[in-house]
Amino acid sequence: MNFINGAQLLEYCEKENKKISEAMFERETTFLEQDGEKTRARMKKAFSIMQAAVKKPLKEDIVSMGGMIGGESKKLHALREQGKNICGDVVSKAIAYAVGVLEVNASMGLIVAAPTAGSSGVIPGTLCALQEQYGFTDDEICQALFNAAAIGYLITRNATTAGAEGGCQAEVGSASAMAASAAVELFGGTPRQCMDAASFAMVNILGLVCDPIGGLVENPCQNRNAMGASNALISAELSLAGVKSITPIDETIGVMYAVGRSIPSELRETSLGGMAVAKSACENCMACANKRNKMKK
Amino acid sequence: MNEIGTFDILGPNMIGPSSSHTAGALRIAFVAGRMVERAVSVKFVLYGSFARTYHGHGTDRALVGGILGYHPDDERIRDSFEHAKEAGLAFSFEENFTDKEIYPNTVDIYVTDKDGSVVSLRGKSIGGGNAVITRLNGVDVELTGNYCTLVVEHVDKKGTLAFVTTVLSAYDLNIGSLRLYRESKGKRAYAIIEVDTNVSNQVVSALKGVESVTNVLVVPAIQLD
Repeated sequence: MNFINGAQLLEYCEKENKKISEAMFERETTFLEQDGEKTRARMKKAFSIMQAAVKKPLKEDIVSMGGMIGGESKKLHALREQGKNICGDVVSKAIAYAVGVLEVNASMGLIVAAPTAGSSGVIPGTLCALQEQYGFTDDEICQALFNAAAIGYLITRNATTAGAEGGCQAEVGSASAMAASAAVELFGGTPRQCMDAASFAMVNILGLVCDPIGGLVENPCQNRNAMGASNALISAELSLAGVKSITPIDETIGVMYAVGRSIPSELRETSLGGMAVAKSACENCMACANKRNKMKK
Repeated sequence: MNEIGTFDILGPNMIGPSSSHTAGALRIAFVAGRMVERAVSVKFVLYGSFARTYHGHGTDRALVGGILGYHPDDERIRDSFEHAKEAGLAFSFEENFTDKEIYPNTVDIYVTDKDGSVVSLRGKSIGGGNAVITRLNGVDVELTGNYCTLVVEHVDKKGTLAFVTTVLSAYDLNIGSLRLYRESKGKRAYAIIEVDTNVSNQVVSALKGVESVTNVLVVPAIQLD
């Protein structure tokens, strides 16, 4: 069994009465001829890496390689524990976990690129918060991750998840769409509702540029992962409530791709525009400071 | 085109912060490290974005980790400089800003073996933790490390390939792809052969027995997860 776009996936799910995660798993074991048990074991390993990555910044003091981030997850947890958070427990946890994974990533810790290293906080942030809050088992979350992978596959196959090609909307936007769809499946939504949630998430981030300060995966990447996680939850809730997307997911992905290609190259991971050239950003970036020191020498 | 699977999307499992600058860089050095018996020193020349941001991306630590044989998800990568010192591996980095035509994430690696011989290769990191070796000891090649790869160095001479493939067939090895590269007519040449299964020492000895074969290197398939 194979599918190459959202329409085919949806048709299969509706005809066979299957969830998106089940269809993706089936594609893996039939079309790609992967062993079913090994595939499940690999997913378990990926999720255990995600779980470890959300917890690590709470136990350790982390400073990133570029020196621009570290300690943000702890601050967010402290705020929530003091009862001073604004967002409510699920969103507060999701954003705290998402920024934490970026701390781990930026300090050369172990993460799962999901779909990329720069957007690696969104999916663990969203799903670990949902698990903690609503008591989903590891197996349920692993199953939902196949749903997320299906959306990521559709995007990769028909557009891009590379910031250099499509801007941050292609990285954090894709991660957010994947997380939104997985969340809808966890809460019993239909495949169509999953895809609508993915569309909402993607459209909400449409046009977002990729402008890493000093070329490093730190700032503004970290906060955008928090945004991606909260956006996933918003999008899932909209869809579960019965709000319908005006575009099917294939169209949404096409729009994202077209927008990505029309973003000037200065704003696609080259660090020649956006936040990367803001005066204060450059002054606080170690990469630029090192360069300045070298020039002085 | 390779079909995209679940773990191409949720993966690779890797040490951050960047699949191209960290995992991909490591992959290139991993290949370089496997081409010698025991590396005693290594020099890296970094180009483009690698040269500009290698410290903040941990590209330097990933490269050293690759020589040491670490996989992209090995948590020792962060402290690879210390591990290299313990293992008696000297390393140095150079930045090249003058060569602007080159692919942005490129590195040249010069590895010195314990017997003093030097292997040089050039690799480019192409995104998502993937990499391609584009030059080997001065000869242009293309090698991904996705499969177990035999690098058969020989003198460019009629019939060599026939002997080589006969040996592979005798040892029941299936060839996935095969490319020939040479410096010039009658000079040093390479056969880069991807095979489906791992290659034993007997195969290597048998290949070394072929007249006009001067060296045989085995690059094991690199499993990212």
